[in-house]
Formats: sequence, structure tokens, C-alpha cells
Amino acid sequence: MQVRPLVRVQAEDFDAGAETRRLTSGRTDVGALVTFTGLCRDEAGTLEALELEHYPGMAEAELTRIAEEAVARWPLTGLSVIHRFGKIAPGENIVLVVAASAHRRAAFEAADFLMDFLKTRAPFWKKEHLVSGTGGTWVDTKAGDEKDAARWSPS
Amino acid sequence: MNIRYFAWVRERVGIEEETIEVPGGVKTVADLISHLKTLDDNHAAAFEEEDAIRVALDQLHVETDTDLGDAREVAFFPPMTGG
Repeated sequence: MQVRPLVRVQAEDFDAGAETRRLTSGRTDVGALVTFTGLCRDEAGTLEALELEHYPGMAEAELTRIAEEAVARWPLTGLSVIHRFGKIAPGENIVLVVAASAHRRAAFEAADFLMDFLKTRAPFWKKEHLVSGTGGTWVDTKAGDEKDAARWSPS
Repeated sequence: MNIRYFAWVRERVGIEEETIEVPGGVKTVADLISHLKTLDDNHAAAFEEEDAIRVALDQLHVETDTDLGDAREVAFFPPMTGG
């Protein structure tokens, strides 16, 4: 039976350790655990903070759709996705993906797939606030992101 | 119909959300965009780069040639930049 993914969209920080324990504690069938954490970087000292806007309701729904596709595609024993919104300072967490499986390949690939689709499909938008104080600027999409997501389509 | 805007689309329109009466001739998302552009300068500016706008109908991604059907909520926003 397919596992039901855990999806959370929240302002507060998350604890990657606690989330990995949630997928492993009390079980002996998990042989591989891949954790990806996306953090806010300071862009060589120029960034004061990121502001993450999201579409409440759709953000959770879209992350759930992507996560359900991942559990349908790979034999996972657990999958968790947490995405934060609001103002996030350099060094702070933005997003967490934890994929657990009996074997490493499924866990690596599911986590990679999830991040690629999250970037192009989940309704979140980043605005950069610079140290220099010039108002906020919306982050542009990277051409590479669409290409990364396209890797998972059958050719 | 309830319309929601996000990120720079929201900033250009100047509001987060509005409810509009959809005129009879408006069938698809593209028709709705054409109609919204006629409302005022802010809407016209928001939809100026139409190719840069993404659409969700009742919180599902759709293309602009999609029929509005019975959708209750349409959202317009730029390409996503989360993660």
C-alpha cells in the first residue's frame, strides 16, 4: 500500500531531525533516508531577507499532488514536505523534503523529483529584500528549473 | 466569480482579491484576461505581459485556453519561485 505523504505549509521553522525520526522511529524496514533542506542564502552579504508569498489552500493542495505522484512512482516507506512562508532571514530554513525507502535509489530520486516539481508547480513566490534598502524585488524564475522538471517526463 | 492575484500581479492590480460579474461572451481564461484588461489602467498593466502570467482555476493549474466552466475561483500569478 502506498504511504500517505505528510505535507505542511507554515510560517514557523521546522526541525529536520524530528521529521526524519517521524519516518524511522519504531520501524525496521527503512534502509534509506534522504533529507533535503533548502536554506536562505545571503547572496554575498547583499540580501537582508526573503519574503515568501504563497497561495493558501492551493500551496498545500499542489504539494500534496506532487508528493502523491512521487509515492505512486517510487516504493517509499515515507515522504514529508514542509514549506515555509513569510519573512525568512539568511541562514534560516525554507523547505524540507524527507524521503524514506528500503533502498537508496528510490529515496534519492523521489526527493530530487519532489524539489524539481515543487519549484515549478507549487504556488510560492520569493521577494528579495536587500541590505542596501532598495524596496523588494520579485525573484525571476530560472530557465534551468523547467528543464530540471522536464527530466522526469517520459521521453 | 472570485478573482485572486499573487506576487507582482497582485501589486500591479493593487488588490489581493475581487469578485466580478463575468460578461456573457467570456468563456475561457483568455477571454477573462481580455475583459479584466478593460477594467482600468492597473489591470491593463498587470496583464501587459500576458505570457508571463500563470493561471489556476479552483486551485488547479490550467492553460489560458481552458473554459471557465463552473469554476468559483480564478487566480493569476507569475511563474512560481518557491523552494
